[in-house]
Amino acid sequence: MIDVVINITLLAFLAITSIAIVRMTNLFAIVMLFGIFSLLSAGLFVVMDAPDVAFTEAAVGAGISTVLMLATLALVKRPKEPYYDEAPRTHRAWLPLIVVAVTGTALVYGTWDIPGFGSPDAPSQTHVARYYLEHSMPDTGVPNTVTAVLASYRGFDTLGEVTVIFTAAVAVMLLIGGRRPKPTLKTKDEEAQDEA
Amino acid sequence: MRPNLILHVIAKFVIPLIILFALYVQFHGDFGPGGGFQAGVIFSAAFILYSLVFGLETAEKIIPPHWLRILASLGVVIYAGVGIESLILGGNYLDYTLLGSTQIAGQHLGILLVELGVGITVAAAMLILFFAFAGRGRE
Amino acid sequence: MDFFIGHYNYWVVIILMMVGLYTVISRGNLVKKIIGLNIFQVSVFFLYISLGTVEGGAAPIIAEGVKVYSNPLPHVLILTAIVVGVATTALALALVVRIKETYGTIEEDEIHNLDHSL
Repeated sequence: MIDVVINITLLAFLAITSIAIVRMTNLFAIVMLFGIFSLLSAGLFVVMDAPDVAFTEAAVGAGISTVLMLATLALVKRPKEPYYDEAPRTHRAWLPLIVVAVTGTALVYGTWDIPGFGSPDAPSQTHVARYYLEHSMPDTGVPNTVTAVLASYRGFDTLGEVTVIFTAAVAVMLLIGGRRPKPTLKTKDEEAQDEA
Repeated sequence: MRPNLILHVIAKFVIPLIILFALYVQFHGDFGPGGGFQAGVIFSAAFILYSLVFGLETAEKIIPPHWLRILASLGVVIYAGVGIESLILGGNYLDYTLLGSTQIAGQHLGILLVELGVGITVAAAMLILFFAFAGRGRE
Repeated sequence: MDFFIGHYNYWVVIILMMVGLYTVISRGNLVKKIIGLNIFQVSVFFLYISLGTVEGGAAPIIAEGVKVYSNPLPHVLILTAIVVGVATTALALALVVRIKETYGTIEEDEIHNLDHSL
């Protein structure tokens, strides 16, 4: 029972945080809130019996991605403006709201057929999951089933993932690695500086 | 950067612990929560903390960027190499059974090596990402 | 009440997903768009982990005397997806930095004005 209460409370916090992220305009505050959002998700993953995922989310979401976003904010900041506010919107966004409402309603209608949260005879529990749990010890001798599936049963998948990370690092290095070149065209900021 | 005594002392105390914890997560991943992905990220977090506290120039002296490029590709090579090794031994690609004397021993060795490759690539890739963003600011 | 507890997770997942989608399509600031995409991504993580949870189950680490485990497969998929997610987010942020260096702004409207594309 206590699990259910924690689950419901943390998910409610998560929803509130996400709405706060949309409504705020100060980018610095948004990035900090996103770190809190990641930390809350890590806690929820623990409640849902996924310690490996929680571990990763706490280290990556609350740590690395917050640092990278702050570094980006420092690079894209306008001169002489300490607060990284986003520009005010020129028009009310009714169309996106309608699109989101319609899509959300359709998705909620779809949940009526999903087996309840945590039901042991749901289709997702009855196929390969049972095989992995029963065979991972005799097959690999590794008690942590997640590691056994990650490295052994689905080794090809993980090889692909590692290659994706490597490729992303190479791409970032090509895009912004090294020092910033002298700008060839005058940017808007510099024109403003010249005028000032 | 203005030197901050408390920050420097605490960072020097904490960074070895973070690296030790990363190694624990890396090699204990078979028995408890953990593995190459988490260990790599924690390992890179230690160096990111170092360069935030002591400055980017100092951090680049400790791990030169061209080493990071070599390490990032080395991890993928280790992973793919384990697959090729099992091909040479007569098994399927990434089938670790033939790597050891018994099936369990082979699987253990294979998983250890593969996780090592994942850890090296993830740690190096995260540091490349951080250094790229942090280094862009200087003219 | 059982129906509510059994489906609450999925409804919150849908709320998060829609908040992310709304941020992406209604806001012009590129950094905020990326944060919206990240919220969307986290909602997908929750969908997978929720589907893998078993009532009264333990974490999928085989131990003596434990009968029920949660499903390890979604954990594997999401574990790798989180790390790949941060790598792709970093790529998107790098593109934003380059856009800022070229156009001098990260607001979509201003970029369209500079390009005369709207």
